[in-house]
Amino acid sequence: MKKLSARRRHPLAALVVLLFALAATGGLYAVFAPAEAAKADSSAQSLQIDEGKRLFAVGCSSCHGLNGEGSSTGPSLAGVGSAAVDFQVGTGRMPAQQPGAQVLKKPNIYSQDDIDAMAAFVASLGPGPVTPTKDQYTSTETDAISKGGELFRTNCSQCHNFAGAGGALTQGKFAPSLENVDAKHIYEAMQTGPQNMPSFPDTTMPEKQKQEIVAFVRYQANDAPNPGGLSLGSLGPVTEGLFGWIFGLGVLIAIAIWVAAHTTKAKKS
Amino acid sequence: MSHDMSDDKLPADTAEGHGEVAAADNPFADPGLPAHEVRRTDIDERAAKRAERHVSLLFIVSMLATVGFIASYVSIDPDKIVYIFPLGHISAMNFALGMTLGVALFCIGAGAVHWARTLMSDVEHPAERHPIEADDEVRADVIEQFKTGAGESGFGRRKMIRNTLIGSMALVPLSGVMLLRDLGPLPEKSLDSTAWSEATPAMPIQLINMNTNEPMKAEDIGIGSLTFAMPGPSALRPNGLQESDEDFQQQIAKDALMLIRIQPEDIKDAQSAALGFEGVLAYSKICTHVGCPISLYEQQTHHALCPCHQSTFDLSDGARVIFGPAGHPLPQLKISTDSLGYLVATGDFSHPVGPSFWERSE
Repeated sequence: MKKLSARRRHPLAALVVLLFALAATGGLYAVFAPAEAAKADSSAQSLQIDEGKRLFAVGCSSCHGLNGEGSSTGPSLAGVGSAAVDFQVGTGRMPAQQPGAQVLKKPNIYSQDDIDAMAAFVASLGPGPVTPTKDQYTSTETDAISKGGELFRTNCSQCHNFAGAGGALTQGKFAPSLENVDAKHIYEAMQTGPQNMPSFPDTTMPEKQKQEIVAFVRYQANDAPNPGGLSLGSLGPVTEGLFGWIFGLGVLIAIAIWVAAHTTKAKKS
Repeated sequence: MSHDMSDDKLPADTAEGHGEVAAADNPFADPGLPAHEVRRTDIDERAAKRAERHVSLLFIVSMLATVGFIASYVSIDPDKIVYIFPLGHISAMNFALGMTLGVALFCIGAGAVHWARTLMSDVEHPAERHPIEADDEVRADVIEQFKTGAGESGFGRRKMIRNTLIGSMALVPLSGVMLLRDLGPLPEKSLDSTAWSEATPAMPIQLINMNTNEPMKAEDIGIGSLTFAMPGPSALRPNGLQESDEDFQQQIAKDALMLIRIQPEDIKDAQSAALGFEGVLAYSKICTHVGCPISLYEQQTHHALCPCHQSTFDLSDGARVIFGPAGHPLPQLKISTDSLGYLVATGDFSHPVGPSFWERSE
């Protein structure tokens, strides 16, 4: 002890004390803090977010920024939620194939696990609509289709046409056909309002009503009978008129020409 | 086939036409008609009988099809859906009616055509063409008769008769014009106001969500969302508008409302922002061009498009018309919240809803 106290005024004494103090704090931190950190790091969710961040950096960051903060070419993703990622990537709209009035649907290149990882990463940026589960977008009610039809005509048919065949909007934009769209993606589109579609949040259109609309759209695309035979795309008078004029009248004219041109004559051969 | 042909009745193959042959000195000489060619049914009685049976068969099929039409109309359940291969799930009745009526009409036509082609005479009858006008002698005679008649009637001399005749002839068409009155009565002031006009700041009317039939709060309307609303209970309609009300159709057409929410700093028109509540804006859903329902709302551009004639309104700028034939911006409703936080209207639309009309006040 004498040795120690004799050197307490040594010029390097302060440095030694400082080193001891740092070692003590570091040691204490090593004892307490890392236990929690290690537990969090190994959780599945955290690993998924890390994986999502890696995929995001490769596929999305050139437009949306490395941390989803957005840039001049892509909006910020804070608060869009996992449902928006699941819809946009799941239908192949994101990553966008080219800039333009409307980002088009194309084959999806990601596996569902990759999409879930990216969705988890984007969801960690801010709270937003969560990817729905199957029982959220599947209705069990028996009258869901008829109720859904009524809701569809009030909320959706103005853009997507009375049978969900889609329609034109302004300046090259359009409302796509709903014919081959996944039930989950229809539900997510209503939740998140992709591109220029308005959103229909649970506050103004409860989950049950979204289920009914999904049921109606899927019924319309798959099972709805077609009382007249040919639907001609369910587009209304344009295709019907075109069909009538070109095929109906065309066939009649062809028959008239055939009748007039072929008259049986008896000839000596 | 050739065994029942009566070869001796066939004309010689070198049958000549009865026109002139174009000569070297006159290339445009009338070539006349080609030689008449007889049909098998003209010279073969058995072929003619067979054709007759074919025609009758077609007419009989038509009769049977008509009977089938009536039978399917009576017997088939209109709601019955059947699967028919290339057509898919279709209405059994539609299919039966269409097929039987189609067959009935087609067989009449086909029978008539077959009759005309095989049995009716097809000998050509040339008809000479003549100048259309009458010859000079006839025309001079008609003009002379007209002058005589005009002179005898005294039409030019008795001016009172002439003028009253012209007057009566001129007035007769007015009866037709008067009948147009049946297109009335004129709407007068009924188009100026809607059910929202009963709302006052003291007695506001709640906005009812068309999906849930419940009133809604301002925070329910998310940014980028679209909601449709109708007027709630008021002094005149304590239960709100009911489908059994006599004026139901007119009211839903005039009251229709779309609610959107825009970031307050993105609203370009200060007056429009003041009519809304914290960025929630309530616009009429009826196009000001010819009154189509218009709610093709693009949430990024804030444009609302009319599907009929592509009138486009900028909802962030007081629903100004930015494209198309509409003459007025969309009317906006002044909204606020009541003590419980529910969205309410405190007055009628900013100007009359829908297309222009004669009595429109602006």
